[in-house]
Formats: sequence, structure tokens, C-alpha cells
Amino acid sequence: MVPFNILVAVCLAYVCLLFLVAFAAERRAARGRAGWMRSPVIYTLSLSIYCTAWTFYGAVGYAARSGLEFVTIYLGPTLVLVGWWIVLRKLVRIAQAQRVTSIADLISSRYGKSNLLGVLVTLICVVGGTPYIALQLQSVTLSFGVFASGTPEGWALPDQSATALWVAGGLALFTILFGTRNLDANERHHGVVMAIALEAVVKLVALLAVGAFVVWGVAGGVGAVIGRIDASPIADWPLKPGRWIGLTFVAAAAVLTLPRMFQVMVVENSDERHLATASWAFPLYLLLMSLFVLPIAVVGLAELPAGANPDLFVLTLPLSQGQGRLAMLAFLGGFSSATSMVIVASIALATMVSNHVVVPLWLALRQGGARSAGDVRGLVLMARRLSIAAILALGYGYYRLSGGSGALAAIGLISFVGVAQILPAMIGGIFWRGATRVGAALGLGAGFAVWLYALYLPSFGAGGVFSDAVLAAGPWGIGWLRPQALFGVEGIDPILHAIYWSLSLNTGAFVAGSLLSFPTPVERMQGLAFVNAFERDAGARGWSRGGAEAEDLLTMSQGILGAEEAQAFFEAEAGAQGKAGFLPDTTPEFIGRLERRLAGAVGTATAHAMIAQFAEGAAVTAQDLMAVASEAQQILGYSTQLEAKSEELARTARQLQEANDKLRDLSVQKDTFLSQISHELRTPMTSIRAFSEILMDPDLPGELQQRYAGVIHEETIRLTRLLDDLLDLSVLENRKVQLNIRVANLHDLITKAVQAASNVRPERPFIVHRDAAAEHLPVISDTDRLVQVFINLVSNARKYCDAERPELTILARRRGGRIVVDFIDNGSGIPKPAQRLIFEKFSRLTDTQRAGGAGLGLAICREIMVNLGGSVTYLPGQGGAAFRVSLPVRPETAGAAAAA
Amino acid sequence: MPPKFLARSSYRRRRIIDAARILPVLGLFIFFIPVLWHPADTPEPDTARGGLYLFAGWFGIIVAAFLLARVLMRAEPPPAEDAGRASEDR
Repeated sequence: MVPFNILVAVCLAYVCLLFLVAFAAERRAARGRAGWMRSPVIYTLSLSIYCTAWTFYGAVGYAARSGLEFVTIYLGPTLVLVGWWIVLRKLVRIAQAQRVTSIADLISSRYGKSNLLGVLVTLICVVGGTPYIALQLQSVTLSFGVFASGTPEGWALPDQSATALWVAGGLALFTILFGTRNLDANERHHGVVMAIALEAVVKLVALLAVGAFVVWGVAGGVGAVIGRIDASPIADWPLKPGRWIGLTFVAAAAVLTLPRMFQVMVVENSDERHLATASWAFPLYLLLMSLFVLPIAVVGLAELPAGANPDLFVLTLPLSQGQGRLAMLAFLGGFSSATSMVIVASIALATMVSNHVVVPLWLALRQGGARSAGDVRGLVLMARRLSIAAILALGYGYYRLSGGSGALAAIGLISFVGVAQILPAMIGGIFWRGATRVGAALGLGAGFAVWLYALYLPSFGAGGVFSDAVLAAGPWGIGWLRPQALFGVEGIDPILHAIYWSLSLNTGAFVAGSLLSFPTPVERMQGLAFVNAFERDAGARGWSRGGAEAEDLLTMSQGILGAEEAQAFFEAEAGAQGKAGFLPDTTPEFIGRLERRLAGAVGTATAHAMIAQFAEGAAVTAQDLMAVASEAQQILGYSTQLEAKSEELARTARQLQEANDKLRDLSVQKDTFLSQISHELRTPMTSIRAFSEILMDPDLPGELQQRYAGVIHEETIRLTRLLDDLLDLSVLENRKVQLNIRVANLHDLITKAVQAASNVRPERPFIVHRDAAAEHLPVISDTDRLVQVFINLVSNARKYCDAERPELTILARRRGGRIVVDFIDNGSGIPKPAQRLIFEKFSRLTDTQRAGGAGLGLAICREIMVNLGGSVTYLPGQGGAAFRVSLPVRPETAGAAAAA
Repeated sequence: MPPKFLARSSYRRRRIIDAARILPVLGLFIFFIPVLWHPADTPEPDTARGGLYLFAGWFGIIVAAFLLARVLMRAEPPPAEDAGRASEDR
């Protein structure tokens, strides 16, 4: 017998282990060593959340009541996985191409990025999923109860709901900690996946251990077990063909449409080929999970006193045989089944709720929409965390309300039938181009309504939601509307009745609605992209014309993806177009890719709506559709080679165009400069000449002589400085500079620069924001030169920032093998046309002479950074002028040598 | 001389894909045979035998899926493989 305290201690230790595993996995992944965590084995194990506590404990109870019928729950998924080539492969391919975040997102994306459908699917999933979560809480509580009531001290659980509350709270904490670390649903939740993989092993081992003990320890071998099965009352179980087929079908549908299964199987899939392994390994897992179910049920019925709850045989059988440790293992197995299901289900549901309900509501409610969206990222993460807590609270609330009654036992199947309503819209969506949004909405609505009416609400029992009279005679006495005998069809098993009517009306409405309605252009394009998912780029174009300002898009994307990621994405896109900097041309292809990237974070419908606000007048037109979707076009096709060549040409042309523009600007600048430099040289020369002529006058008083000599001296200093700058620049440009590499602390360098620049316009108050903790980074570089760059940037901000209260923010961090320092002021920034010129020699934005320089500062900065193996670039979209200095953590000796 | 067979391996691969598509149908056939069975009415209790049949059939399907997956993955061509499949001679 296991003392209850020890059970609690083991349970807590196990929970700590899960936290540690999740934490270690996250750390490993953060260091880029995900490696084997992305293996097909881990993928297969993560699928095992299909086996919840309902199957861990409940399967034995099911077998005790209905014999072999319990295997239908596993046979359905086996058929789906074995047939992975037909459906799953396509789902995974589509989900990766469209960056689908949840099953609601898949449906919404397929039917023209319609948020209505997203909300409908979310509703079905939440309504069907909440009782399922309650069931898991109940099973943990019950299994605790088994140990508590049996303790010699007669220690009974004071309050079962307290246990459930602890479990729900702990799960919420775990899920929020590891489930909302990153926004992009396509990024894997490594911590969560590793934890549930471990739990998958624990529950399999536990069930196999109990099974082996029962077969060889209690029954006395395989032959004896077979004899016992045939001798037991279970042998006379009635096989109902309708239920056998119906349950297999519903289980097959549920494995595709359950939000948690979709999450681990499709959304978190990192490699399509993992499906090949899972196609046999997951059915094998299911087979092993169900192998000993019947023997445990038979032996339990024989060995345990009549009236013992068969749902708990997995625990009570080892306990009755004095196998405390085995019972403990079984308890951990059941605990694992329950917790892993709750964790993944709440992540999946929270993603749906935040992407399809909270964010669209928030965008609709605030003025200005996406244009002034600001920090959407923080909002979405917060919404997701709150949703997780809310969903667990709902589950707990349902558990309390239903009183942990037997009504919960049937809820697993009820939930399966509920989510199966998504199946027609899903399968129709990926195989039939004619499926439309109207059809999908009608089908989902009809199926959901029938399911609620015929199965879900009656499940609360007579006198629950429906009175006895309604159940027996129908609402208002209308006989053919009786919830469990719709249209006068009586005497069918209630589950089968609901499966039959909900799915047939659902499919009927879906097909009829699709046939009779007319799809919008976006719908047709998405339909093409989904149905022809294996044909490259079919219908991938979503935006016919650009028209959006890249800088606006960057500002918005930073709010969603985070500054770092958005900048990296824009930089890469610009690079692919052959442009430097952060602002790519807003081609339709680029906008399409950006939309899909955003969809990974906030869902398809929201991402589409946000982009639509920028790409004005860029909605898809019928002509564009003809171009993309016309079948003749498809058959003809483009020769990929030709396409690649024309792309190459376009890129080269763009580069040439840019170079040409730059050259023209440069030549204009050079002319300006020549006149400017002559002017700069001439002014001091004139005064030097004038004053030296005066000095030649021998009658000049001594003090005047002194003063004029001073003026001449100052002017020569100015000239020398100008010539020094020019000389410095030419040395830097010819890469003949001698670098003096030293180690220093970045913080000290920035401090030095800020102090040195403080004599520029000292009369103006100027605030510098710095994060001292982040700045403490070792730098191996020519520190004097680096400080020179910093001084230049800081004094430029002091000189040119036109805000009323000028402020400068300095952000330093290490990114990969580089140190990145951003200097961002709060002025009006640099206009886009000037952005690419500011680093050229002699370019000055203002004509005012007050700056005093010759417009060489930034040009020198750029050359210094190139010599140091780094770069200095203008960073658009930061709300002011912003410069980014980037340099390698250690100098590339080879590169420096080659350059020298 | 055997007749010249162009793209023999890709022909073989397409047939394996066909097999992968048929496998769930075979599974359906095996799993639905019990529908014709009435364990409650048989004179001799035969639930254990029925269970053994189901698990054996189930295991057979898994082995078949394993073999197919292995062959399919070993001969995995570059990802563009599906583009022209529909128009190829089948």
C-alpha cells in the first residue's frame, strides 16, 4: 500500500521533472541544437496525446461494458494514419505553405480568409473541448481518490474539487510558461513537445506493465487469459454493426479535426517525411495501448468485488494484489495522459480564441485599424495567456457544475462527434475547388446545431437542459423534433442517431450551399492553392498590385513579429530583390510572402485584413483571377526556366536602375560639391589673404597684429581639418588603414562617445536613453575608430534632431556572431529619397552652414565600419532617424588581411 | 532482349504510391468484417478469438504501412515530384 503522502510527493517530483525537461528542451532549441528533438520518433510520441485519460482509464471500463467495441476508437485513427498519403500529407503541405496556425485558421484560410468561419470553428472546438478538459480533471481527481480512500489512516480527500483546482492551476502555469514563448504557431513548442513525448512513454510503459502483470502475474499466462476471456460475462457483448462502423468513422474524423491533434500533427510538423514514420509507428503505439485492455477488464471483473468501478481497474487491480509501486506507475500513466491532453488542447484552443476572436475584435474596436496597430505582438501573447487560463477555468467550472458525475464518462465520444462536424468543410476544402464559404458556413452551422440539440444538450440528462417532456414528446409536443428521435426515426442508439443526422445534414448543406452560391475571387484563389497544393506556386499570388509603402509595412510588421524578426525578414526580402537595406520593392510576391509570415502569428484572416489596409485598391480583380486561375493558362504553364531567367533579368534591371539613379545623383552631387569645396576653400583663403595683406602694413599696432594673426591661424586650422578629413577618407577607401585592434567594453566606448559629443549644441537639453546592462559586451576591434563612429552618430543626433525635446535611444545587443548597436532619435527622421545618399561623400541634408562639416562624417563612418568588417546602415520605420552599427564580435583576420 | 523500359523506377514508385492509397481500404475491409459477427449469439464464446483476429489484422496493416513507408522514403525524389504526375502515363 502506498501512503498518500508519498503519492503526492512522487506526483510533485514528476511534475518538477516535466518542468525540467521542458526547460532543458527550450534551452537546447534556443542554442540551435534542436537536432534529435525534431526527429520522427518525437513527432510520433507527441501524437500520443490522442490517448487521454479517457482512453487510459476509460478503455478498460468501456471493454467491461461493451467488449471489443473500444478498439473502434483506435481503428479509426489507424486508418487515417495508414492512409497518410491521401489526406495528411496534403494537410501538412497546405499548412506549411499557408502558415496555418490552427484548424479554425485552416478553414478560414481556405474559404477566402473568412473570419466568420474561423469564429464558428473556434466555437465548436471550445464547446466540444471544455467538457473533455473537465473529464481529464475528473480522472486525476478520481485516481487520487482511489489512493486516498484506501490509506490505513482512513485519510480521505477533504475536498475533491480542491485537487482539481490544484491540477488545473498547475497545468495553466505550465502551458502559459512553455506554450506562449513564441508567437508564431509554426515555430515548434520544443518544451511542450518534449514533455508530452516523455509523458507518452510513461503512459505506454505504465499500461504495458499493468497488462503484463495481469496476464502473467495474476491470470497465469496467455492461454489462461484466453480461457478467462471466453468464460467471462464480457464474452457475450453485443456487437452492434451500426455503432461499430459509426464509431470507427467518428474516431477517424476526430483524429483529423480535434484541435489538439491538428496542433501536434499538422501545425507542429517540421518535416513532411515524419508522417511516413508516424504512419506505422503511431498505429503501433495505439495497438500496444489497447493490447491489454480486454485482459485487464476480464481479470478485474473476476478478481475485484462486484460493484467496483471498472473505469479504475488499471489502478485498483494492482492495488488489490498488493502491488503498490505498480499502482503508482499506473497512476503516473493516467496523470500523464490527462495532463498532456490538457496542455496541448488549451494551447490549440487559446491560439484559435486569440487569433479569431480577440485580435479581430480589438482591431475593429480601435480607431485607425492596423495603421496605428502598434504592439500587436504583446496583445496577442497576452490574449493567448488569458485564453489558456480562461479555457482551464471553463473546464474546471464545468467539472464543478457537473459534479464529477457519470455524465462525464460519455463526454469523450460526444466531443468526438462535435469536432467531426468540421470534417466535411475540411475534406471538401482540400479536394473540391467548388466548395464555397456559404456552403461551409451552412454545413458547419447545421452540423453544430444538430449536434448541440441531439447529443450535447441531452447529455446533461433528463431534467438537465431539456425536461423529461421535451425528451419524450419533443418541444411543444412536436413529435418529429424529439432530440433523440429526429424526424420520427426512433430506437437508434443516441450517439449513432446524432452522428447520422448531424453529419448527413452537415454534408448536405455544405454541398448544396457550395453548388448554389458563387465564390469571391479570394476564395477561388485559395481554393486553387489548397486543392492543387502539390503544384508549385499554384495560386500563390494574392495581391495583384503592390501600392503599399514598404516603410509602413515594416512599422506594422515590427509590432507583430517583433523588431528583430521583422527587420531580418525585410532585409532578406530586399536582398532577394537585389537591393540593399531594409526596404524591398512592394511587389505582389513580397506582399504575399509577408502576409503568410504574419498569418503564422495572428492567423490568416487577421493578417489579410491588416495587409489590405495598406495595399489600397489592390484587392483581387476578376482579371487577375483569369490570369492566375484560368485552366488554359495552367495547362500551358510557364517554362520554369523562362520564369527564372525573366526573374533574373528583372533583378538585374532593378539593380541597374538603382545603380543608374545613384550615379546620376552622385554626379549632381559632385558638381555641387566642387562648387561647395571651392567655396569652402575660398572663404578661408580670402580672409587669410586679406588679413595677411593688412599684416604687411608695418604701422599696424601690436594688438591688432596679434588679433589678425589669430584669425589667420583659425582659418588655417579649419582648412587643415577639411584636408585631414579628405585624406582620412581616401586612406580608408583604399583600405590602407592601420588598424589598432584592442579589447574593450562596449559600455565604456559608448560612454566615451556620448561625453565627447556633449559639446555639440550644448545649450540644448538632450536626453540619452541607454540600457547599461545590455551594453556590457566585450569588443575586439579598433576601439578609437569605433568611438569615432559613435561620436559622429551621437553628435549628428544632437545637431539634427528636430524634436522639441530631443531624445536619443541607444540599444546594444549581441546577435549571432555580431554586435549590433542602434542609435534612434525621436526627430522626424530622414526622408526616403535621401536615405541612400546620406552615406555618400559631401552629402548634406540641409544647406545650412551651421553644421560646420563638409558632409564627410557619415561617409567616414561607413568606410571605418567597412574596414572593421562591419557596417553602418540607416534603419527605417523607427519613428525617427535611426542608424544601426553592426560589427563582428571578433575581427575576421583573413578578411582584414585580404583587404589590406 | 527485354523491352526497353524508360523510367522503370518511377513507374515502380507510382505503383507503390497506389498501394499506399489502397492500404486504408484494405484496413477498412479487415476492420469491418466483425460487423457480420454476433459474439453474443455464438454457441461457443469466441470473443478471445475475435480479439486475436482483430489484433493480428491490425498488426498486419501496421507491418504493411511500415514497408510502404520505408520504400517510399528511400526512393524520395526531389520535392517537385508531384507536379507532372497527373499527365504521366499511368
